[in-house]
Amino acid sequence: MLLKVEGLCKSFKGKQVLKNVGFALHCGEILAIIGRSGSGKTTILRCINNLVKCDRGTIIVDGTVLCKDQQEEKSVYAKPAEMLQIRKKLGMVFQSFNLFPHMSVLENIIEAPVHVFGIARPEAEEKANALLAMLDLQDKTSAYPFELSGGQKQRVAIARACALNPLVMCLDEPTSALDPELREGIAVTIEKLAEQGMGILLITHDMAFAKRVAHRVIFMEAGQIIEEGSKEEFFDHVENEKIKKFVIG
Amino acid sequence: MIEYILKLIPAMLSGLEITLSIFSLTLLFSIPLGILVAVGRLSKLKPLVKVIEFYIWVMRGTPLLLQIIFIYFGLPIIGITFERFPAALIAFILNYTAYFGEIFRGGIASIDKGQYEAAKVLGFTSAQTFIRIILPQMIKIVLPSVANEVITLVKDTALVYVVGLGELLRSGKIASNRDASLVPLVMVGVFYLALTWVLTKLFQRIEKRYAYYQ
Ligand SMILES: Nc1ncnc2c1ncn2[C@@H]1O[C@H](COP(=O)(O)OP(=O)(O)OP(=O)(O)O)[C@@H](O)[C@H]1O
Ligand SMILES: [Mg+2]
Repeated sequence: MLLKVEGLCKSFKGKQVLKNVGFALHCGEILAIIGRSGSGKTTILRCINNLVKCDRGTIIVDGTVLCKDQQEEKSVYAKPAEMLQIRKKLGMVFQSFNLFPHMSVLENIIEAPVHVFGIARPEAEEKANALLAMLDLQDKTSAYPFELSGGQKQRVAIARACALNPLVMCLDEPTSALDPELREGIAVTIEKLAEQGMGILLITHDMAFAKRVAHRVIFMEAGQIIEEGSKEEFFDHVENEKIKKFVIG
Repeated sequence: MIEYILKLIPAMLSGLEITLSIFSLTLLFSIPLGILVAVGRLSKLKPLVKVIEFYIWVMRGTPLLLQIIFIYFGLPIIGITFERFPAALIAFILNYTAYFGEIFRGGIASIDKGQYEAAKVLGFTSAQTFIRIILPQMIKIVLPSVANEVITLVKDTALVYVVGLGELLRSGKIASNRDASLVPLVMVGVFYLALTWVLTKLFQRIEKRYAYYQ
């Protein structure tokens, strides 16, 4: 198991945004989290990537504890050195990509391997070039983010997140900036990563896309998981009226 | 005429030397200090933020001339004395640090918070994030305002005459009074124009260097 989340709770200013969320992600699995806007999907990813601290709950990444539930008290988090090792195992692709505008595509990708993890520059570049080739971006190596289309930026963001060989890749609304043609491209990319054994955590409210790539689906409402199942169970045999309405649109 | 101008040049050059010393030493100190002030102001340390806000309020809310007079003529009253040059320089550094601090704060604050988050998930420490991601982007954003401030500084250096330092303007004024001639004052003007012209060109080149991205 690559990722385990248990009893995750988070409130913002007294408003509970996540209520007892738990799930697991396995090697090579594509798990889609779907649900209405404001249901807490992004907050889950932010907790996993330690961009916000959860109030309660346990998160374990590849056997290493990111945070551990303390019942009545706040969860305790890993020490900075361990945190860095956990970060290495997690990749995050933001909805708005957040590429570094002052760096070329290549520099964006090798920045963390070279300057944070001390990997030799030639080695980092070799890996980056392989990723760029896989994502069909060979000719954009020295371009700057402002020169790229939305779909290209997204692929660079994926390449950057892949540069440290993460085990879990988190993608927040990867199709929101793309037209239908490019959606198929990103679906293929995600599948490629999963085939290499990466676990993919995918947030989307694009039903067609979830149906296209996901192996398993979680449905969130108001901070809670109200349905979980394999793609087939979820899309073909769902009983819950609310979800039916959401799935059909 | 030419002879008269040539005769004036040595005195003016020694005035220019003082002007340029104040100018360059002020920049040398107040730009890095301004970055620290900006970072402090944006930090979550409430007392530090309050102190910096007060400091900036005083520095921007009172004339630089008063600040120079305060340090050179005022502080000795309570037993703190400085030579002319250090007194003037301290006032300039304190004053310009406040202005640069505000410019840098604006620049840093305008950078999307997604940049910090992207750096964080890639494992960057706060210091690495600031130096490798935030600072380079800030420089581009603040360049036009910094250029303005630097040009203003050139002209503000004339204020050090008040402590009796023989900077450029003072050397011109002395010659003008002595010879009852306008020429020295015109020459002083030409020197300032030349300085600001060089600086304007310099900043244009720096801005071009940062134009490679948007
Ligand atoms: N930093 C924050 N401070 C206060 N409230 C927040 C914060 N982040 C999220 N929220 C609130 O938490 C709730 C869940 O937000 P979240 O971004 O997780 O939703 P989402 O399911 O990703 O929605 P969307 O599909 O629109 O992206 C929202 O009501 C939001 O207003
Ligand atoms: Mg969201």
